[in-house]
Amino acid sequence: MYNEQAIIVNKLENGNDLMEKGIIRVENLSAYYGELEVLKNINLEISPNKITAIIGPSGCGKTTLIRCLNRLFETVPRTRFSGKIFYKERDIISYDTTDIRKEIGMVFQRPNPFPTMNIYNNVIAGYKLNGLKLSKLESDQLVEETLKKVALWDEVRDKLYRSSTELSGGQQQRLCIARTIAVRPGVILFDEPCAALDPISTSKIEELMLTLKEDFTIIIVTHNMQQAARVSDFTAFLMAGQLIEFGYTDMIFTSPKDKRTEEYITGRFG
Amino acid sequence: MSDKFAKRKQKFFDFVVSSTITLLSLLTISPLILIIGYISYKGFNSFSINLITKNPVPMGEVGGGIFNGIIGSVIIILIASIVGVPLGILCGLYLVESKRGKLRHIIRLFVEILQGIPSIVIGIIGYIIIVMPMQRFSALAGGLTLAIIMIPIIVITTEEVLRLIPVELREAGIALGMPRWRVALFIVLRTGIGGLTSGILLSLSRIAGETAPLLFTVLGSQFFSIKIDQPIAALPLQIFNYSISPYPEWHSLGFAASFLLVILILFINIIIKTVVQRTSYYRK
Repeated sequence: MYNEQAIIVNKLENGNDLMEKGIIRVENLSAYYGELEVLKNINLEISPNKITAIIGPSGCGKTTLIRCLNRLFETVPRTRFSGKIFYKERDIISYDTTDIRKEIGMVFQRPNPFPTMNIYNNVIAGYKLNGLKLSKLESDQLVEETLKKVALWDEVRDKLYRSSTELSGGQQQRLCIARTIAVRPGVILFDEPCAALDPISTSKIEELMLTLKEDFTIIIVTHNMQQAARVSDFTAFLMAGQLIEFGYTDMIFTSPKDKRTEEYITGRFG
Repeated sequence: MSDKFAKRKQKFFDFVVSSTITLLSLLTISPLILIIGYISYKGFNSFSINLITKNPVPMGEVGGGIFNGIIGSVIIILIASIVGVPLGILCGLYLVESKRGKLRHIIRLFVEILQGIPSIVIGIIGYIIIVMPMQRFSALAGGLTLAIIMIPIIVITTEEVLRLIPVELREAGIALGMPRWRVALFIVLRTGIGGLTSGILLSLSRIAGETAPLLFTVLGSQFFSIKIDQPIAALPLQIFNYSISPYPEWHSLGFAASFLLVILILFINIIIKTVVQRTSYYRK
């Protein structure tokens, strides 16, 4: 029913039929590690150009949920899922795994730039490593434009050809975001992107997400409820593999409908 | 009072244990020091520029060197590397990347067994499957036989090194839409290149001194040759032949050749250390 709520809100805001349907729709998704059911019958619709936060206690399946969306989940042995996930109204199973991952990019918990590459090549890694050729001019432009988008250009413009490992943790994470958006995905998944960062770097990433939602749909998994409240438009609360509540962030945080949500966000458990 | 006594007792035991450990570890490295010391002493005396620039001379003539053996060894090791390095690295990569648990398990088991087989047995195998069909001893047979010794060392170091590469880095590549083979080649192998290099060098330093397999496959030669389908000279064989000969001149040549070989292996090991330090992104 909360899906409906989100969709109705979309309709009111945009009056646009395309917006009516979410860019990603999850239907009856259950996911398993071996025999263990980590996600139980999840139904969820992600609105385009919005930030959707997924919160919940450790081990509730938040990360598994977003790893299902770009089919990274199935790279782990002995995993399987049932149910359907639609990206732009098309079942993600019908995409090539490599294609869906270019459409749905991902930023990880720990900054993971490629240590063998310099900063410049890290930005265009999505092209280089996939064997796509860019002209010098194209790649120069792409690198500059992308690094400006993630507010890293001024900090690294003089050391583009230095190793990416020379950067600070926060800079590395922004470089990873640059690497992700350089291939122009429709959706970016953030898996606790600030868990390994200091408060200043964290606020930079949060600001960045707010500007990025103009061009991309963002889904962020976070442990930090303040972060979810600060940046997200919609929030999904997961517990023990079940979607407990999903709706407008404001409403989830001010007047949660479920008692468990209320207990979690007021810090009584989790 | 008793407290003070307990403390003294503790200190005493501390001293006994730590000095015993120190003494025993010095004992462990003493053979190495003895070997290097003795060979340097003996070898350095008969070391001359002629040694590495001249070929052997017939018994009775003065001088002569082991130039043919140096070149022969280089050729044999080169053949071994051309075959062994790609096979070893690809097999190591397979062990890390494969999802087929059972096959991977079997391959690893075989590699471990192969590493434990005495080199003289591998020499006999080389003799049976290469020398006998070809009807002659050759540098090629020696190189291929040494490759068999080389491969498990490279496989195992490759696997160990590539396992250290964090899964986040692979996933970064996968999440960019890279197919798995590209991730394996361009991320996993490339990130582990320092460790792979040290694995290769380690295997080189191991086969550089192998003698037994060469006795069965290369035979050795008194003459200079670069033909890979012919018997060829090799440093370890020269050391063997010179050392068991009855002539004092040849004995000193043997020591000089040993000295050269030990220096070479020492040198390779120093390079390994440097390479690992320079290029390791991830370590345990």
